[in-house]
Amino acid sequence: MAEYKRPQSLKPMATPYCPGCLHALATRLVADVIDELQQSQNAINVVSVGCSALNLYTWKGDVIGAAHGRAPAVATGIKRCLPDRLVFTYQGDGDLAAIGLAEIMSAANRGENFTVIFANNQTYGMTGGQMAPTTLIGQKSTTTPFGRDPMTTGYPLKMCELMAVLEAPVFVARYALNSPKGVMDAKKGIRKAFELQMAGKGFTFIELLTNCPTNWGMGPIDTLEYMNTNTIPYFKPGIYKDKESEA
Amino acid sequence: MEKKFMKGCEAIAEAAVRGGCRFFAGYPITPQNEIPEYLSWRLPQVGGAFVQGESEVASINMVYGAAATGKRALTSSSGPGISLKAEGISYLASAQLPAVIVNISRGGPGLGSIQPAQSDYLQATKALGHGGFRAMVFAPATLQEAVDLTYNAWEYAERYRNPVMILMDGCLGAIMEEVEFPEMKELTADNVKEWCLDRIDGREDDHMITPILPEPLLEKLNIGKGMQYKMWEKLDTKVEEFMLEDAEYVVVAYGIAARVAKEAVLRLREEGCKIGMVRPITLYPFPKASLNNLDYTKVKGVIDIEMTIPAQMREDIELQVKDRCPVYEYGRSGGMLLDDDGVYEAIAKIVKGGE
Ligand SMILES: Cc1ncc(C[n+]2csc(CCOP(=O)(O)OP(=O)(O)O)c2C)c(N)n1
Repeated sequence: MAEYKRPQSLKPMATPYCPGCLHALATRLVADVIDELQQSQNAINVVSVGCSALNLYTWKGDVIGAAHGRAPAVATGIKRCLPDRLVFTYQGDGDLAAIGLAEIMSAANRGENFTVIFANNQTYGMTGGQMAPTTLIGQKSTTTPFGRDPMTTGYPLKMCELMAVLEAPVFVARYALNSPKGVMDAKKGIRKAFELQMAGKGFTFIELLTNCPTNWGMGPIDTLEYMNTNTIPYFKPGIYKDKESEA
Repeated sequence: MEKKFMKGCEAIAEAAVRGGCRFFAGYPITPQNEIPEYLSWRLPQVGGAFVQGESEVASINMVYGAAATGKRALTSSSGPGISLKAEGISYLASAQLPAVIVNISRGGPGLGSIQPAQSDYLQATKALGHGGFRAMVFAPATLQEAVDLTYNAWEYAERYRNPVMILMDGCLGAIMEEVEFPEMKELTADNVKEWCLDRIDGREDDHMITPILPEPLLEKLNIGKGMQYKMWEKLDTKVEEFMLEDAEYVVVAYGIAARVAKEAVLRLREEGCKIGMVRPITLYPFPKASLNNLDYTKVKGVIDIEMTIPAQMREDIELQVKDRCPVYEYGRSGGMLLDDDGVYEAIAKIVKGGE
């Protein structure tokens, strides 16, 4: 019988995330896959600015904090110098899809051989729930108190779709972490991305749809239901690019 | 030792490679493009990596990542790009990462002009980024000096785990001079830093490189850095003192301005004027003692010559002169160059006119 244990790649301490926050699950999935691949000593976690910065203190393994949005540039510098290490960034949606849009698109377009884990919670969690580039139309935030209005703020950015039109990325996929199936699929996707990186195949991008009970102002269970009815219809889970299988 | 006739930007690029630099990231901007162009083919020859970043912001953060691996990393730019690097330079200081940043400066502010100027002294010495950190700033006046300072820049960066800046204006970047290159530094596994992300030394413990710290630790870091800056002043200040013994007037100038001013000093000496010069080679730490210890019973005036208007080094000079004599300034700005006659006449007017 499989034993449910704390991943080796996390320090033996309580999760720093709010109750019900899927950042905790997303981090755990990454840690589990790294354990399974026996890469905990070989991995380098490039932590971004946002709630995910908390991973600086909970990650067991080599870890580096990047400036807001710049994790793909930092990972580029690391991977070019240490090509044999398993390098990944873990970024929120404000970090990746707003302030860091140039860095993510350019790193992907260069086909840098590292993996991006993109936690899309449709809000700026760390700074208290302002509108993110991924906030849904009509979704309330502290800077869209009446709901996001596309006439003044545009539309939620679909990063997987953007990534998929680039030549260089080898694997681009989106998973929703609000159901057991979504979680299992996500874990498989993360594993595939890391394996492709270890085989030197190139840039891999995993988007994980997550929640933010605190800033969405909902109980954790309600956020999962909200994701079913609002998030998933707009941000459709699926594999957007799989160069190896196509080949 | 190998002698070569070379352009300034290319000379420092080669000196960087010989000094152990194995990573470069940068974004094109005049007048420093010969640095990335040279390194794009030179670094791969020695097993290094070259990346043309999508911006200066990205480039400095690539350098941040590379430096974290323990590799010697470099970026170069000019005024507008250095402003964009400010965030990343501050992060280097915070995470205690060594790296070298070259600024081949041009006319400012704003997009300014692409012609040479010494318009970034204040930025380089007072605020390379937010948060109140300092970096050593080397200001060569000849290409040989540029080669030697660049070659050794990582020794300082690594010793103090802090970024180092080489500040050189577009004139020095573009001129050609004969330079002698030192031997290639061979960096072995022994050189691997005990704090870095590399595991080539077989370590089993984990390393964290962080630009954010709990408040008590951040305060401790800043107290330590403050002590370090004082130490640089004692150990690492570099300055050229020229004909000061009997000087009644003292010119202060660095980089290209010092070359032009030295000609004027020599010309005035020939005419019998008692004049000398202080040339800061490190702009930070500033060579305070050279100015503080002048014999002010003799010195009648200190003249700040800079290729920027208004003069930016003036406050640093005045803090040492302490009102013991007048401080004058002369310069050109916006990409208009200092010339021999202009500088000579400006100084002669002060010295001879008893102004
Ligand atoms: C240059 C800069 N601008 C702004 C901030 C403030 N800031 C910290 S976290 C954050 C938003 C993070 O949101 P997101 O990336 O969506 O991650 P989350 O916290 O939701 O997981 C912002 C704007 C910063 N640290 N640096």
